[in-house]
Amino acid sequence: MPVNAIREDYRFPAKDVEANFHGNRVVYVGWDHHMMFCAPVAFPLPPDMPFSALVGEVLPNAYGMHPDFPQIDWDKVEWKLNGKPFTPDMDASLDANGVKHKSALRMRTPGLEGIGGSGS
Amino acid sequence: MAAKKMNLREKYTRMTRDLAWDFSYQRDEDVYKQMTMEGIKIEDWDKWEDPFRLTMDAYWKYQGEKERKLYAIIDAFAQNNGHLNVTDARYVNALKLFLTGVSPLEYMAHRGFAMVGRQFPGVGAQVACQMQAVDELRHVQTQVHTISQYNKYFNGFQEFRHQHDRVWYLSVPKSFFDDAVSAGPFEFLTAISFSFEYVLTNLLFMPFMSGAAYNGDMATVTFGFSAQSDEARHMTLGLEVIKFILEQHPDNLPIVQKWIDKWFWRGYRLLTLVAMMMDYMLPKRVMSWREAWEMYFEQNGGALFEDLARYGIRKPKYWEQSVVEKDVISHAAWGTFYNYAHAAPFHTWTPNDEEMEWLSAKYPDTFDKYFRPRYEHWAEQEKKGERFYNPSLPMLCTTCQIPMVFPELDDLALTCYRSSEYEGDTYHFCSDGCKDIFDNEPEKYVQSWLPVHQIYQGNCGGATVEDVVKWYHMEDGVDNREYLHSPDRRNWDKWTKKATEEEVPPKTAVG
Repeated sequence: MPVNAIREDYRFPAKDVEANFHGNRVVYVGWDHHMMFCAPVAFPLPPDMPFSALVGEVLPNAYGMHPDFPQIDWDKVEWKLNGKPFTPDMDASLDANGVKHKSALRMRTPGLEGIGGSGS
Repeated sequence: MAAKKMNLREKYTRMTRDLAWDFSYQRDEDVYKQMTMEGIKIEDWDKWEDPFRLTMDAYWKYQGEKERKLYAIIDAFAQNNGHLNVTDARYVNALKLFLTGVSPLEYMAHRGFAMVGRQFPGVGAQVACQMQAVDELRHVQTQVHTISQYNKYFNGFQEFRHQHDRVWYLSVPKSFFDDAVSAGPFEFLTAISFSFEYVLTNLLFMPFMSGAAYNGDMATVTFGFSAQSDEARHMTLGLEVIKFILEQHPDNLPIVQKWIDKWFWRGYRLLTLVAMMMDYMLPKRVMSWREAWEMYFEQNGGALFEDLARYGIRKPKYWEQSVVEKDVISHAAWGTFYNYAHAAPFHTWTPNDEEMEWLSAKYPDTFDKYFRPRYEHWAEQEKKGERFYNPSLPMLCTTCQIPMVFPELDDLALTCYRSSEYEGDTYHFCSDGCKDIFDNEPEKYVQSWLPVHQIYQGNCGGATVEDVVKWYHMEDGVDNREYLHSPDRRNWDKWTKKATEEEVPPKTAVG
C-alpha cells in the first residue's frame, strides 16, 4: 500500500534488516513481572551463540542486580518465543533454536514475581 | 485628503479575502499539487470561516505588545536572580524536558504551517496558516530566550537542538512531528491543529505553565501567558478545520475518522512525557496526571466528541485504553528515565516519603501495589552506593518509539507485546493503537530511525554508553544521572544557604 506523503518518491528501504547489524541479529528479552527493568531489552547477538551463553553470560549482566535473579531455577523457567511457549535447547545455537532477527523471547519465573511480589 | 479609516469588517475583507486572485496562466491543480493526494474533497473554499478575523497589521501590533512585556519580565528575572525563587533545583529538570522535547516541535510546527499554508487554494486558510506559522516561530524564540536564563546556572540545557535529532527519548517527539509534516496538508491539520492543539494541548500547556506558577518560575509563566492567546486561536482553528472538511463532502468522513484515530493515539503516547513531569518532576504538584486526564480528556474531550457526533465522528479508537492506563503511564515513564538516567540530559531521583504519600493518595489502586516497592528498593540501593542504572538498551515500539514500558490492560505488571510481519521482517509495538498505525501504513514506519537499533548499527558514535553520551553532547556526571549526586544539586544547596550573602557563581563552579 503506498504511503500518503507529500513526495511521490517517499519510499525507503527498511532500516533495521539483519544485514545492517554487522553479523549480529537483534534479540529482545523480557522478564515477565519484573518491571523494575522498565522494558524488555535488546541485544545484538551472533546467530551461532549457544542458547546457554545467552542464559549464562548475557542475562546475568542484564538482570543480575535484581534480588530475584540468583534464585532463578533455570529448569523451571517458562519461555515464550514470539508469543508461543518454547523449550530452548541450551546446547544449540540461537539460530537452531529458531531465534531469528528481531525475535522476542520472554521468560517467566514462577514463584519469583518481582520485589515483594509487586511485579517490579 | 486623509484616507478614510476602514472598520474592522472592511479591513478584514480587504486584508485577507481580497488578497486572493484567480490564476489565468496556470491550472489550479498545477499550483496546488497536494490538494487531491489524500482523497479529501473540497467544493467551496469560500465556506472557510475565520473565527478571529484577525488581519496581519493587527496581528503584528498585538504580538509586538506581548513581546515588550515578556522581555521586560525576562530582564527583571535576570537582574533579580529569579532562578533562585524556584521551589527546588529538581524543578529545573522539567524545563530541560520542555526545551529538549517541546521547543523544537514549535519550530517544526512553524515549518509545517508554512508548508501547508502554501498548499491550500483558499485565502482564509492561507492567512490562518501563515499567522500560525509566525506564532510558532515566536514561541520557539521566546522559549529559548526565557529558558536561557536557567542555562546560565544549571546544566543540561546547552545542546537541546543537537540532542533533539539524536537522543533516544527525543526521537519520540521528533518522529511524531516528522510523521505529521511528511503527510498531506489535510492530515497535517487534523494531526496538529485538531488532534493535538484542540483535543490534547491543555494537557501540555496547562501542566507546564501551572507547574511553573506553583514552583516559583515566573519567567516560564510569562512566556506561557504570552503564548496563551495564540494557543486559543490555534485551538479554534483546529476545530474549524475539522468542521470545514466534514461539511464539504460526505466522502471525507472515513478519511478524517481514521486520522483522528491515528493522531489521538500518537498524541496521547507523546503526552506520556508530560504525565511523568506532572507526577514526579514538580516539587510542588498541581494535579495528578490521572486527574488531568479525567478533566481534560474524559470530560472535556467527551463533550467535544458528543458535539462532533452530528458529523458522524466518533470518539477515537482505543480511548478506553487510555482511561485504564491513566493509573500507570506516569510511573512507567519515570521508571524508564530512572533506568536510563545516564543517557538523558536531565536528572532523575526517587520520590521522597511525602511525595510517595501523595502518589499513594492520587493512585490508590496502583501506586503501593506496583510502584512503591520499586522506589524503595532503588532508594536503598542508592544509599548503599549502588544506584541502579539499566545496563542494557531497551526494546522500542516501532511506531511511537517509546521503550516498551506499557502494560497489558488486564495485568498492569506485565509488559504488553504486539507485533506485525511486513515484507519478511518483524516489527514490535507497545499497544494495539501503535500496531494499527503501522499496519495502516507500514512503509512509513519500516524506515523509522529507532535509536537503539541505530546504536547497534554503529551510527551513534560508538558501542559503549560513554561513546553514545559523548555523541549526544552530554557531559557524563554533569548533565545526566542521579540528581542527588549532581553539580546542579550541590550548587543549589550552596546558593540557597548563602544566596543573600555572596554573589551567585556560574553553573560550573562547584566547590
